[in-house]
Amino acid sequence: MIESMLVFGLVNSAVLMLLALGFSLTFGLSGVANFSHGGIYLFAGYLAYFLLKMGLPYFIAVVLTIFITALLGAAIYKLIVIRVRGIVLNEVIATFAIGICMLEFFRWLGFVTYEYSLPYIARGRFTIFETTLDYQRSLIIVVALLLAVFLWFFTHRTKTGLALLGMAQDEYTALAVGIDSDWAATYSFAIGGAFAAIAAVMILPLGIININIGYEVLLIALAVTVLGGLESTKGLILACIILGYAQVITSTFFAPHWKEAVYLAAILIVLAVKPSGLLGKFKELEERV
Amino acid sequence: MKAGYRKERIDRGIKARADDIFAISSYREILYLTGPRILAVLALLIYPLLTDVTGAYWQTVAFIACIIALLTLSWNFLFSVGLVSLGQAYFFGVGAYFTGFFDRTIGLPPLYSIPLATVAGAILCTIIIYPVLRLRGIYFALITFALPLFLMRIIEATGYLGGTEGISGLQRLPGITFSLYVTVVIVLAVTFIFLRLFDTDYGLVLRAIHDNDMSVLAGGLNVQLYKAQAVFIAAMPATFAGALMTLHYRIVGMPAFAVEYSILPLTAAVVGGTGTFAGGVLGAFILVPFSELLRAFGTLRIVMYGIMLLFFVVGLPEGIYRFAQRKYFQFERIVPLEEKADEK
Repeated sequence: MIESMLVFGLVNSAVLMLLALGFSLTFGLSGVANFSHGGIYLFAGYLAYFLLKMGLPYFIAVVLTIFITALLGAAIYKLIVIRVRGIVLNEVIATFAIGICMLEFFRWLGFVTYEYSLPYIARGRFTIFETTLDYQRSLIIVVALLLAVFLWFFTHRTKTGLALLGMAQDEYTALAVGIDSDWAATYSFAIGGAFAAIAAVMILPLGIININIGYEVLLIALAVTVLGGLESTKGLILACIILGYAQVITSTFFAPHWKEAVYLAAILIVLAVKPSGLLGKFKELEERV
Repeated sequence: MKAGYRKERIDRGIKARADDIFAISSYREILYLTGPRILAVLALLIYPLLTDVTGAYWQTVAFIACIIALLTLSWNFLFSVGLVSLGQAYFFGVGAYFTGFFDRTIGLPPLYSIPLATVAGAILCTIIIYPVLRLRGIYFALITFALPLFLMRIIEATGYLGGTEGISGLQRLPGITFSLYVTVVIVLAVTFIFLRLFDTDYGLVLRAIHDNDMSVLAGGLNVQLYKAQAVFIAAMPATFAGALMTLHYRIVGMPAFAVEYSILPLTAAVVGGTGTFAGGVLGAFILVPFSELLRAFGTLRIVMYGIMLLFFVVGLPEGIYRFAQRKYFQFERIVPLEEKADEK
C-alpha cells in the first residue's frame, strides 16, 4: 500500500508537472498568463488524434503535433495578445476568451465520444516495489524529468534561453542590451504551446479526451504556479510533488472525489502562510500585497 | 480621412472644467444632460407592464438581462477596486444554493429567504475569498476562475444540497411581471448606489486601491480589509441575482456555477466598458437579447461570446458606453494639420 502510494504519487506529480510546465514557462518568461493553455492542450490532443487517423506514423504525427501547436501558441501572441500587451486585465480577458472559444468550439463539434482517444506509446507493464506500473505512466515520469532538465539547460546554457531569462528578470535592462521583447514573448508562447502538446501526447492516452479536461488543466497550472512561486523551476517541481502526493493520499484515505479539493486547499493554505509561494522570490512586492 | 487633415474633438459648452461638472443655463441643457438617463430609467420601468405587447418570452429575456446586469454591476464594482473576477458564477451559485437551502430545510417564504440568502451568501463568499485577497491582478483572477468549478466539484463529490440532481420544487414566486419588476428596481437602485458610493470618501479609498494599492498601503490604510468590504458589497447584487433566479425557476443545481454565468457578465462589462456601472448594464441589455437570437446555435453561443469578448478587448477597449458618451458630449470636425497651415 505504501509502495503503491509512493509510485503513483510520483506518476501523479509528473502528470501535474507536464501540465503546468507550459503555462508556468510562458508566464515566467513573458509575464502573460496564458489562459488559453487548456484550449491549446486539447487542440494538441485532437490534432494528434486526427493526424494518427489520417494514417501518419506515430513519431511523425507527434512531432507534427508539437510543431503545429507551437506555431499556434506563437500565432496567438502575434495576432492577438501583442495588441493588448501590457494591459494585464486585457491580456487575461483576451487569452481567457481564446481558451473558452477553443474549448466550447470543440464541445460544439461533438468531440466527446469514446472514439476520441490517443494510443499508448508502449503497451505492457512491469512490477516495481510490489506495484504494477504500465510503461506509459513510467514514460510520463521520464519525459517530465527530461523536460525539466531540458528547460534548465535551455535557460542557462543556450543564447536564446539566456535572452529569455534576462527578459523575465528585468524587461527594461534586457531591452537595453538589445533583446526584443516581442520576439521573446513570441518564443515563450511557442515553447508553452510545444510543452502543452508534449503533455497532451503523453497524458491523454491514459483516458478519453474530454472537454472539461481543458478547464481542469488551467486549474492545475494555476495551483502549481501559485503554490511553487513563479520564477523558480525548483518551486514548480516541489509544488508538483506536494500536490501529486497530497492527491494520492486523499484519494486513498478519503473518497477520490476529494482529489479536486486538494488544489484549492493547498492554494489557500500557502497564500495564507507564505503569499509569495513556496520558493518564490521575485516580484513579491510588485505583484502581491 | 484625407492626408494632412485630422479629426478635432471639442467638448460641448455645457461642460465646465471637469468631466462631471456642467454649467447649465436653460431647460434644454438640463434635458440634454438628464434626457438619456430618464429615458433609460423610464424604459426599464415601463417595459415589464407591456406583457401583452411583447409576450412572456421577451419578458423572460428581459429578466435574464437584469440578472446578468446585476452580475455585471458586481463585476464592475470589483474591477473598480482592482480585483478582476473571471468567476461571477461563484457569487451567483452561492446565492442560489443558499436560497435553495433556506427554502428546503427551513421552509422560509421567499420574502425572507431572498434577503437572507443575499446577505448570508455575500458573507460566505467574502470569508472564502478573504485569504486570497492578498493577491491581485492575474493571481486573483485565476483564483476566482477556479472557485465556481471547485464548489461545483464539492457539491458533486459530497452529495450535499442535492448533489448532482439539485434541489427542486421550491416555493413559487407570483410570476414573471413581479420578478421582472423586482430585478429592474434592484438594478436601478444598485447602479445608483454604486455610482454614489464611489463619490464618497470611502469610494475614494476604493478607487485609490484600484489605481495604486501600494500608496494606499503607505497611507496607513488596511488594504485587505477594504478589499474584503468591497467583495462583500460587490457580492450582494450577485448573490441576490442567484437567489431570485433560483426561486423564479424553482430549482437550484450545479448549473448555477456554469461557465455561462462567468463569461456573460465579463463580456457584458467589456462590451459596455470596464469600470462604468451604467455601461455594464447597457452591455447586459445588448448581450442577452443578442444571445437569445443565437439560441439556435446551442453551445456555439459561448464561442460567440468569446469572439465578441476578444473583438471588444482588442478593437474597442473603452467599451460602447464611453464611446457613446464621447460622441454625445463632443463635436467632431475635420481640420487641416497645423504644419500644413503654417506652410501657407
